[in-house]
Amino acid sequence: MIINHPILGPRDAQEFVYLGDASLMNRPDTMTAGIEAFHDWLYTRDNPAGLHRELWYHEQGDRSWLVVTRNTLTHEITQVELARDVALALRRSK
Amino acid sequence: MTQSHRIAGGQIDRSTTLRFSFDGQSFAAHPGDTLASALLANGVRLMGRSFKYHRPRGPLSAGSEEPNALVELRTGARREPNTRATVVEVFDGLQASSQNRWPSLRFDAMAINDRLNSFFTAGFYYKTFMWPASFWEKVYEPIIRRAAGLGSLSREEDPDEYDKGFLHCDLLIIGAGPAGLMAALTAGRAGVRVILADEDFRMGGRLNAETHAVGDQTAASWAAAAVAELASLPNVRLMPRTTVLGPMDHGIYSAVERVSDHLPEPLPGKPRQTLWRIYSARAILAGGATERPIAFENNDRPGIMLAGAMRAYANRWGAKAGDRIAVFTNNDDGLRTAVDMASKGVDVVAVIDSREGGDLLPGIRHLRGAVVTDTAGRLGLTGITLRQANGRAETLQVDALAVSGGWNPNVNITSHHRSKPRWDEGLLAFVPGEGGPSGLSVAGAAAGVMSTQGALHTGQAQALAVLESLGRLTKPADLPQAEDAPVRISPLWHVAGGKGRAWIDQQNDVTVKDVVLAHQENFTSVEHLKRYTTLGMATDQGKTGNVLGIAVMAGLTGQTIPETGTTIYRPPYTPVAMGALAGRSRGPEFKPVRLTPSHLWAKEQGAVFVEVGNWLRTQWLPKPGETTWRQSVDREVLATRRSVGICDVTTLGKIDIQGTDAGAFLDRVYANTFSTLPVGKCRYGLMLREDGMVMDDGTTARLGPHEYVMTTTTANAVPVFRHLEYVRQCLFPDMDVQLISTTEAWAQYSVAGPNARKLLEKLVDQDISDAAFPYMAAGHITVCGGLRARLFRISFSGELAYEIAVPTRYGDALIRRLMQEGAAFDAVVYGTEALGVMRVEKGHVAGNELNGQSTALNMGLGKMVSRKKDSIGMVLSQRDGMTEPDGYRLVGVKPVDPARAISAGSHFLEIGAAPVAANDGGWLTSVVYSPHLNSQIALGYLKAGDQKIGRRMRAVNLLTKVDTEVEIVSPHFLDPMGERLRG
Amino acid sequence: MMAEMGLVAARERATLPGTMRQRMHHMRYSGFRVIAEALRGHKGWTPAWRDPVPQAAYDYVIVGGGGHGLATAHYLAKEFGQARIAVLEKGYLGGGNVGRNTTIIRSNYLLDGNQPFYEFSLKLWEGLEQDFNYNAMVSQRGIINLIHTDGQRDAYTRRGNAMMMHGADAELLNRDQVRAMYPFLNFDNARFPIKGALMQRRGGTVRHDAVAWGYARGADSRGVDLIQNCEVTGMRIENGRILGVETSRGFIGAKKVGVAVAGSSSRVMAHAGMRLPIESHVLQAFVSEGLKPVIDGVMTFGAGHFYVSQSDKGGLVFGGDIDGYNSYAQRGNLPVIEDVAEGGMALMPMIGRARLLRAWGGIMDMSMDGSPIIDKTHIDGLYFNGGWCYGGFKATPASGWCFAHLLARDVPHPTATAYRFDRFLKGRMIDEKGQGAQPNLH
Repeated sequence: MIINHPILGPRDAQEFVYLGDASLMNRPDTMTAGIEAFHDWLYTRDNPAGLHRELWYHEQGDRSWLVVTRNTLTHEITQVELARDVALALRRSK
Repeated sequence: MTQSHRIAGGQIDRSTTLRFSFDGQSFAAHPGDTLASALLANGVRLMGRSFKYHRPRGPLSAGSEEPNALVELRTGARREPNTRATVVEVFDGLQASSQNRWPSLRFDAMAINDRLNSFFTAGFYYKTFMWPASFWEKVYEPIIRRAAGLGSLSREEDPDEYDKGFLHCDLLIIGAGPAGLMAALTAGRAGVRVILADEDFRMGGRLNAETHAVGDQTAASWAAAAVAELASLPNVRLMPRTTVLGPMDHGIYSAVERVSDHLPEPLPGKPRQTLWRIYSARAILAGGATERPIAFENNDRPGIMLAGAMRAYANRWGAKAGDRIAVFTNNDDGLRTAVDMASKGVDVVAVIDSREGGDLLPGIRHLRGAVVTDTAGRLGLTGITLRQANGRAETLQVDALAVSGGWNPNVNITSHHRSKPRWDEGLLAFVPGEGGPSGLSVAGAAAGVMSTQGALHTGQAQALAVLESLGRLTKPADLPQAEDAPVRISPLWHVAGGKGRAWIDQQNDVTVKDVVLAHQENFTSVEHLKRYTTLGMATDQGKTGNVLGIAVMAGLTGQTIPETGTTIYRPPYTPVAMGALAGRSRGPEFKPVRLTPSHLWAKEQGAVFVEVGNWLRTQWLPKPGETTWRQSVDREVLATRRSVGICDVTTLGKIDIQGTDAGAFLDRVYANTFSTLPVGKCRYGLMLREDGMVMDDGTTARLGPHEYVMTTTTANAVPVFRHLEYVRQCLFPDMDVQLISTTEAWAQYSVAGPNARKLLEKLVDQDISDAAFPYMAAGHITVCGGLRARLFRISFSGELAYEIAVPTRYGDALIRRLMQEGAAFDAVVYGTEALGVMRVEKGHVAGNELNGQSTALNMGLGKMVSRKKDSIGMVLSQRDGMTEPDGYRLVGVKPVDPARAISAGSHFLEIGAAPVAANDGGWLTSVVYSPHLNSQIALGYLKAGDQKIGRRMRAVNLLTKVDTEVEIVSPHFLDPMGERLRG
Repeated sequence: MMAEMGLVAARERATLPGTMRQRMHHMRYSGFRVIAEALRGHKGWTPAWRDPVPQAAYDYVIVGGGGHGLATAHYLAKEFGQARIAVLEKGYLGGGNVGRNTTIIRSNYLLDGNQPFYEFSLKLWEGLEQDFNYNAMVSQRGIINLIHTDGQRDAYTRRGNAMMMHGADAELLNRDQVRAMYPFLNFDNARFPIKGALMQRRGGTVRHDAVAWGYARGADSRGVDLIQNCEVTGMRIENGRILGVETSRGFIGAKKVGVAVAGSSSRVMAHAGMRLPIESHVLQAFVSEGLKPVIDGVMTFGAGHFYVSQSDKGGLVFGGDIDGYNSYAQRGNLPVIEDVAEGGMALMPMIGRARLLRAWGGIMDMSMDGSPIIDKTHIDGLYFNGGWCYGGFKATPASGWCFAHLLARDVPHPTATAYRFDRFLKGRMIDEKGQGAQPNLH
C-alpha cells in the first residue's frame, strides 16, 4: 500500500506502524469518566467493512501520526490527515 | 543420441551445440531450446509421472502452465524440484532428472496405483483408514506420507544469493506478445517510463510460435524488430525472464526476474533471482491466453499435447512432436496446427474436428463431427480411436496427438483482488470481470481479443488510454496488417460414453469420474469441487484444467458455466522460489545487528556476547583461567559490589522531552508524578498502558525547567517512543512538548560499586561529591577536560552508582579511559548476566517481570499509581480483576537447602499439594545465583505473595522433574534499606 | 472430563421424546465400503448432506456454516439431544476460515482461562474421526516452539508447567534434541541461535476441509438443516428478545440464535446493534509446491514470524504474522510475504529452491486480548461465538461443544467460563501475549 503523507508525499505503507481506529483519539477525561466509559472507548470497535478512519505512525519517517481514511474492503485510501490537526480540531469542537 | 525429431526453421542457434543430460543420458541441444523442446527434438516424449496414479507423462504445453513435464533440475545443493521442463533454458552441462518415480521413469513401481485406480477416487481417504483408530497415525499415514510430494529438496543450504529491488514507472506492461509489444511501442514512443516484463526469455509471445505475417514481415521478425526499437528507447526497461507474480495494493506489482537460471551458476556477484517491487502509475495486462485440453479417455499419454504447443515446438524450436500426428479440435485454432505441421513435412494422419459441417481443410483428411474416444501406448502414444459423425469407430496409428479445446484468456492477475471473471459465450471462456485491480487495464488475448490484429489494436488502444490519463496523449501510429480471424468454436468439454478415465487435471490425476462422484455426493459448488477432488491445486494451479472441470460439473448439475462459477485465482501467477522472497535476509543477515559503543573493546577482551533484540551485548567477560560462565559472572558481581564495575547500558532507550509542558506531559504518560521533580534530579517512573498493565519502567531526569531525559528498557525503546508521540500528537495536541529519541546519540555506561565515585572523579571535570551530586542527582557535565556529557546518579545494582553518557562517537574512548583509570580500583566490566544477578538481589523488575500481563500492584508498586492526576492507564488499572487482594504479588524466593536447584518458569505449590492447576500458586520469573548469599535466588509472582513472606512452599518444574522446597522472602535480598546506594 | 460430559449428554438425550429426533439415514464410511463401491463403479455413494428448503422456524438457528457453526450443530444434536436445528451459511459449507488455515492443532496455552478449553479441544480431536465417521486425518506428529533466548526458555518453562498442571503434555527439548529431530535447521550460522524448544507431542495437523465436511455430514445425519447460500441480513428483536433472522431466503424464526461467523462477527452482530471488542484483520497463509517429506511435525520459529508443517500431499504449509491493518479484503500485501519467507529461510536455509505455490488471505476477528468469546448477549435468545484471532481452527471441536452447551443449557461449559463479554469491563483479560488492548499485536 501507499500512503500519501500530507507533508512528505507518497510513501510505502511499510514505513508506517498501524495502531487502529482513529476513535482512539476520543479519549475520555480521566477525572470525569469512569471505568465503563474507558472500557467502551478502549475495547469496542465499529470495525466497519468499508470506510475506516485509522491511525498510522510514520516510524521510518518523520514520526507523524496520520489519520488515514481507507476502505477495508478494497484498501483504497481516500484521505490522509495529520493526526495532530485532527486532534486539535477535535479539542476545539469539544 | 541424434536429434531425431529436429526439423528446419525456428529460433534456435544451430551454429552452437550444447550438451545436457536427462536421467543420466546425454543429449544435444541448441541455444534457444528449452529442456522440453530439446528432449522432443531428441525423440524423448516421456518426461514425468503424475502425482497420484504415477501415469507416464510428456509435456502437455510449451509454457509455464505445464502440469506434466516436471523435473529435478541441477544436482547437489542446487537441486531444484518440480521444475517445468517447458520453461527451462538449456545451457551446456545442464543436468535434469525425472522425479516421483521409483526405481526409474520407465519402470515406476508406484504405477500400481494406476491399476488400483478404482479405489483411489476423489476423497476416498476421508471414508477409510479409520479402523482401528490408532492405525491412521501408525500405519496408514506414514505410507501416504512416503508417497507424497513430487520432487525432493536437497536438504542443503541454497548456495545462491537472491536480491531485492524497487522500480518505478508510469506504465507496467505484463506480457510481451503482440498486445504488450504494441502497448510498449505506443507508450515508449510517447516518452513515458515503461517497464515491459515477460516470463519468457525471448519476447514476442505467440508471435514466435506462429507462422502468420505481421505487415510485410514474419510475426517473429516483427516481434524482434519491436523489441529492438524498445531496447533503443532510454525510457523503456525490458525485463525478459521476469514473471509478474501479482498486484499488491495501489499499483504495486511484485515480480521475480530469473537473472541466472539460464546459466550453469550465477556469475560472480550476481544473484540467482531478483524480487522486484514495481511501483506503477498504470498497468496493462497483456498476458495472452492458455489453451485447454478436451477430456477423453486416456487423454494423458506422452505424445498428446495442446495443439498450440505442438506447433510452437515445430515453429519456434524446430522440434516435431511426432512423425505421424493427428489433431483433435473443437475450434479453428486447432486447424492451424494441422496446417503448420503438414507444411513442415510431418504426416498429418487426420484432423478430428468435433464440429459438424463447415469447410474442410484442403489436402488433409479433415473429419467433421468426429471425436477421439480413446488412445493407446503405455509409455508414449501409439494410436487413437475415434468416432466419426456416423458413429463408426476407427483406429489410427499415430505417435502424437494435438488437442485444442479452445483458449482461456489469462485473467489470473485481474482476479487476484477477488474480482470474478465473466463468462463469454462466444469465446466459451472466462474474460476479465469488473472491479479488477485499480489502474490495471487488459489488452489482447488476456482481454478475450484473440486475433493478432486485435491484440495489436487493443495494445495500442489501452496504451493510448493510459497516456491520456497521464496527460501525454499522442496520435496513434498506423498498425501493421496481421491475422484477424474470428474465433470459431463449439462447446466440447468431455467426450462422453466411455468407461475409462478422462483426465481434467493431469498433474493431480483428477478425472471426469472424480467430478461425477463429487456431484453424486453433493460437492457441487466450485469450491467444494476443488477441495474434494483437488482440481486445480497442483503446481500449475489449474491453468489448463479448471475451466474444463467447471464445465463438466455444469453439465452434471444442469446449470450454466457462469452459474457454476469459477474459483478465484491466487497469487503468485507461477510458483516463486522462497529464496527470492527472502532476498538477503538469511543466515547471519536475517536481521540487522546493533553494536554497542563498547563492542570493539569488549571483543578485544574476549567477551561473550548475547542477542538482546537486534543488539549484541556483552553477556560476560571471561578472564584467563575461568572455565565456566558462573566463574566469570560471580567474579563480575563480587568485584562490582566490592569495588567498581562498569556496564554498557547504551541499549536502554533514551528520549529527550522538551517544552513548557514537558512536566505535565510526563505526568500523563507516567503513573507517578514528574512535574514536581526538581531540576537536576532523577526519579524512577512507572509507565502503564491504557489497560492499566505496566508497559515499561525507567528513570527520568529533569535537566532543566523544560528539559527532561527519559530512559526506557532496551526492549521497549521503540514502542515507548511511538507511544509518547501518540500521546503527544493524538491525545494532548495542545501541549507544548517536543520529543526526540537519542538512544543512538549517547553512549551510556553504568559505573557501580563503592569506588564508583572515585573512579568517575578521575574523568569528570565537575565536583561530584555526595554533597554536590547526591543520590538521584542528574545533570550536564563535562569529562576529560571539556567533552560534553550527562551524569545520572542512579542505580540498578543497588550500589553507589552512576550512569554516564557521552556522545556515541566517544563511547569507545570512554570505556578505554574508564578501564585505564579503573585499573587502580581493580575495576571490571560486567555483562548482562551479572547485571541480572545484581538486579534480582535488589528485587528490581526487568523483562521477565515486565511481561505485559502484570500490574503495578502485582509488582509491589501499586502505590506509585497516582489517583490525583490524569494518567494513561490509571482508570482501567482500578478494575476488579486487577485489584484483588489475593492476586499475584512479586516475592523473593530462595531454596531452603542452598544446594538444591530452582529454575525460572517453575510453579509454586504448597508443601504436599498435587501438581494440578487448582493448586497452582504462581511461578518463578527470574532465577540467578547470588555469590553473596551463596545460593540461587529468584523473583516470582505468587498469589497473595505479600501475605506469604516467610512461608515455605515448593518450586516445581514438571518439565525437568525438579521439585524444590523454597522460602518466600522479600524481593529485596541485599541491602533492603538502600544504604549502599546513598554511600 | 470428556467421558463424564458424554455421559451427562447421553442421559439428557435419553429423556427426549423419540419423535423429536428426526434422523437421516446416512451410509457408514469404511474401508470395506470403499472397496465394495470400487467394485461396483462407485454407484452407491450418496450425498454427504442434503440441500433442504428452510423451514419457517427452528428451535436453534446457527448463523455460519464454517467449522465452529457446523460443530455446534453437530454437538447440539448428538451430545445435547436437541432437534429442530438449522445452520445458515451465506456461501458454501466450510467456506470460512476452516477452509483457509494452516491446519494446526495444539493445546500449548499458558493461562487458566485458555488451557483447559484447548486441552478439551485436543481430546475431542483425538476421538473425532470415530465420533463423526469421517477421516479428517488427525495427525499428532508433534509441535515444537523453538527457543532462542534465555528469556524465551523461562517463558516456555512457565508455559510447559502450566500445560502439565492442566493435564496436557509438554516437554522441554535442548538444542541437541532439536537437532536430532530436525538436522536441517540453521544451527551453525544463525543470527539467533536455536537453544531448545518446547514440545507438545500431541499437537499436530488435521485435514481442514474434512473437519467441516465431517461435522456437516454428522449434523445432517441427525436432522440438522444445512442451508447454503442463505445470508443473514437482519435480526428480528422485540422487547429484548430475538424472534428470528431475516435472510436472503426470507425470515426464519428461531427460539435461540447462535452466531459463529468468524470474519463477519462485527457485521452480523451489528444487526443486533452490538459493537464488539473485535477488529478484523487479514492473515495470509502459504503453501509450497509438493515436495517429498522433509518436515515431520509442526514448528514455530521463535526469532521471526514463521511456522510450518508439511501436508500429507507434500506441500509445506506455512504462515507468519497478520498484515496488521483492519481489512475485509481477504488478501494481503507483499511486505508480510517477504517477512514470512525471511523467517523461513533464516530457519531452514534448504528451502531457498522450494517454491511458494499459493498465497491466500483470511479475515481474522482479532479480539482485544487475543482470546475468544463464547457468551450470551444482552438480548434474550441471542448468543455469540467469535473473536478467535488466528487460532480458531484448533478450537473447532471444543468451540462447537461449548457453544452447544451454552445454547442448550444457558450456562457456560466448565472449560469456557472465562470467555465472557464482560471480562474487559471487569479487568479479567486472557492475554497470552501480554500485548493489551491492541488486536493486531495478539
